[in-house]
Amino acid sequence: MASLIETRGLTAFYGDFQAIFGVDIRLDAGETIAVIGANGAGKSTLMRSIAGLIANQRDMVLHRGEAIGALGAPDVVRRGIALVPEGRKLFPSLSVEENLQIGGYGRRANGRWSLESIYDLFPVLKERRRNPATALSGGQQQMVAIGRALMSNPEVLLCDELSLGLAPVVIKDIYAAFSKIKSSGAAIIIVEQDIAQALKVADRVYCMMEGRITLTGRPSELERAQIHAAYFGAETHELA
Amino acid sequence: MTTGFETMTPESDAPAGWRSETGTRLARIFGLGALAAAVALAAAPFIVSRGVVQDLFFILTMLTLAQSWNLLAGYAGLISVGQQLFVGSGAYALFGLVILLGLDPILAIPLAGLFAMLVAVPTAFFAFRLYGPYFAIGTWVIAEVGRLLLAQWKTLGGGTGTSLPRDATRDMFGISALVDWFGMRPPAAADALAFWLALALATLTITFIYKLLRSKQGLGLAAVRDNETAARALGVDARRLKTLVYLLTAFVTGIVGALIYLQKARISPDAAFSLTDWTAYVIFIVVIGGIGTIEGPILGVLVFFVLQNAFSSYGSWYLLALGALAIITMLFAPRGLWGLISDRTGWELFPVRRILRGGTIRHDDKGGPNG
Amino acid sequence: MNWLDTLLQGILLGGLYALFAAGLSLVFGIMRLVNLAHGDLIVLAAFLILLIVSSLGLDPFVAALIAAPLMFGIGWLMQYHLLNRTLGKDVLPPLLVTFGLSIVIQNGLLEAFTADSRRISAGTLETASMQVGGVNAGLMPLMTFASAVIVILALNQLIYRTALGRAFRATSDDVVTASLMGIRPNSIFAIATGLAMMVVTIAALYLGMRANFDPTAGPARLIYAFEAVIIGGLGSLWGTLAGGVILGVAQTVGAAINPEWQILAGHIAFLLVLLFRPRGLFPRAVD
Repeated sequence: MASLIETRGLTAFYGDFQAIFGVDIRLDAGETIAVIGANGAGKSTLMRSIAGLIANQRDMVLHRGEAIGALGAPDVVRRGIALVPEGRKLFPSLSVEENLQIGGYGRRANGRWSLESIYDLFPVLKERRRNPATALSGGQQQMVAIGRALMSNPEVLLCDELSLGLAPVVIKDIYAAFSKIKSSGAAIIIVEQDIAQALKVADRVYCMMEGRITLTGRPSELERAQIHAAYFGAETHELA
Repeated sequence: MTTGFETMTPESDAPAGWRSETGTRLARIFGLGALAAAVALAAAPFIVSRGVVQDLFFILTMLTLAQSWNLLAGYAGLISVGQQLFVGSGAYALFGLVILLGLDPILAIPLAGLFAMLVAVPTAFFAFRLYGPYFAIGTWVIAEVGRLLLAQWKTLGGGTGTSLPRDATRDMFGISALVDWFGMRPPAAADALAFWLALALATLTITFIYKLLRSKQGLGLAAVRDNETAARALGVDARRLKTLVYLLTAFVTGIVGALIYLQKARISPDAAFSLTDWTAYVIFIVVIGGIGTIEGPILGVLVFFVLQNAFSSYGSWYLLALGALAIITMLFAPRGLWGLISDRTGWELFPVRRILRGGTIRHDDKGGPNG
Repeated sequence: MNWLDTLLQGILLGGLYALFAAGLSLVFGIMRLVNLAHGDLIVLAAFLILLIVSSLGLDPFVAALIAAPLMFGIGWLMQYHLLNRTLGKDVLPPLLVTFGLSIVIQNGLLEAFTADSRRISAGTLETASMQVGGVNAGLMPLMTFASAVIVILALNQLIYRTALGRAFRATSDDVVTASLMGIRPNSIFAIATGLAMMVVTIAALYLGMRANFDPTAGPARLIYAFEAVIIGGLGSLWGTLAGGVILGVAQTVGAAINPEWQILAGHIAFLLVLLFRPRGLFPRAVD
């Protein structure tokens, strides 16, 4: 049976600059996978390629076996693949509630997620529903961004750097919501610089460095030294 | 010809024998050819018929307007659709100085340019409060104000306009010399004078623009056009540069206006402040020829002249076609005809890009970016 | 001179100018595009209504009802296939393309309809009047003003209370992230322009019934629309109404002093606002 999401020899360019060199990853139904790596490793580029923000060749990205590499973002969302973008990217002209509502603009699928259930997931948003979205704290904005993506009841949720710029306590709250998201049936790909957090929630992990996959496996099977080497490159030394 | 601008420099800034140059061999050859052509053109009134001289006059004046607009819009990023304000101001200044003060028209011409530049001061003050498309329409509104105000001035004919008195043009500075030495009849002599002034103006304007672009100020201008905030952060005084360019092009445009209406000898507010003649046609010339290059408007004005002669009798259809052509060019060949030619051949007749030449490449023993 | 009468005439004239400006304001708000052919599109719509009236013998209001969806289509096509190609960081292409479009429309209308002045006949409505606060006001100007208010109310409802309006605002904020929501920016822009053209049709109806128009009347309308938007302040439709009213009052006061000064007075009011309040009188706080 075809994987939910699969990339085959994915390459991506920004103009003349090549950011990804032949990446193969796989996501199966119900899984949560994590992509870790240092800044500039190409993790966000990978997410954006799957989400349709970057033009790729048709066959490089597959959804249930169908080639979607050349599709633009609006079409990818309609297929049930939603991205929580790096940096949240909430709409300043819209309130919290309107930001959530706009998430369901392109794809109004029936499913677990609606305004009510998202307010259940993140109760603080309900109190601030009429506030301009950008007036919220970083953590709350991240909740809005996740809720916005969930409003399309996606089959696949892509989360790019959820913990960026957030305090550890806040990060914990956000990932605490993850089990509920998982139980709604979505398969999730998270991109994270916070390795510990990533290993805690993921079923499988890919590590990227300079546009290539350097390591893959289940968290329980990987040793710390291996991960360090794959993340930073072979010449670093353990810092006690 | 020195213009007082600093040119990119030699030894003091660049290390180890490197020089930043803008000249190329093709450009030098072209430069000599152009000089020869200008000299040949100067002989025109003695060689060709009066009709041809008038045609050449039209080409030269439109060329000057186009180069000015190109400098404003293509280099300074000031997209004005109100340059007719300066054409009209210069033209009316000429008529005012001649009719009301009895000044010799030839002497009045530079004064007319100065008047246009003075008009540009408050105009810039208001218009620079707006940006982008709003700046464009703002310049148009101010031009309309100019037109409406002059239409109220009854001494110069109000809304219907007025003519230059015949003796004013017959006794212009230089006419008697031409009549006596070359046996020209006064009207032909007047056309010749206007033609030579237009030739001088066009040549001076192009030379000045070329020098400006090769100077430090020109580099600053290009930076402002590309990214004003970044340019400012680097110390480029964007506001001052833009104002300078705006005032200078107003001066040149005013002189062109004075020349054109001296030659026509009849003026009206609607004609002197016409959007179609002094903005629409000029924009067409620059866009079709190639915006942002000095070669573009030259090519554009020649194309325009041919089209105008061949098709202007078709009235609205002709204008419609011009408009459509401008749209298509902007969408599919945004760098115009010259852009297409230059892409294919790599020619640059007025090169302004800086090329580093002359030094030697040092080789280090260290390797890699991190040493 | 009756000041009250002049003031009222000016306010009502402002309604017409607000109608001219509303479409311009809407499109600029969503895609930062100023269509230099806007005035010519108003004139185009007026000729369209005239055509429907004269060939089908219908009442002007009914004709406008038919013309509106046609203008929506024209606007949609123009935006989707032509103007969308000009959107981007560079300001030059949209300006030059819409300038070229202005010339094309004017000359196209000249060829199709000649340079003769036209009027859309409104029958008894042209001279009907009623008493407003002790002053006699024409029924048509009152309707024009009322229409302006209704149009602005409706547009605001659309923008702030509907899913489409949310899409407009989101796309205006961030085109790329909007596409992540399933919004297709090219379609959104086309719909916005289509809607603006429907407002233009209403403006054209009142323009045509009120005064003579000919194919070259476009640029002046663009200037009034633009002045109303700048005086009122970018980003607010009610501000545009206020801007229109101020422009209208300035013009009627100028005309009352000397009929030849009407338009000039409007320009001077515009320049004064530009001098003292460059961002307009009621700009939106965020820009």
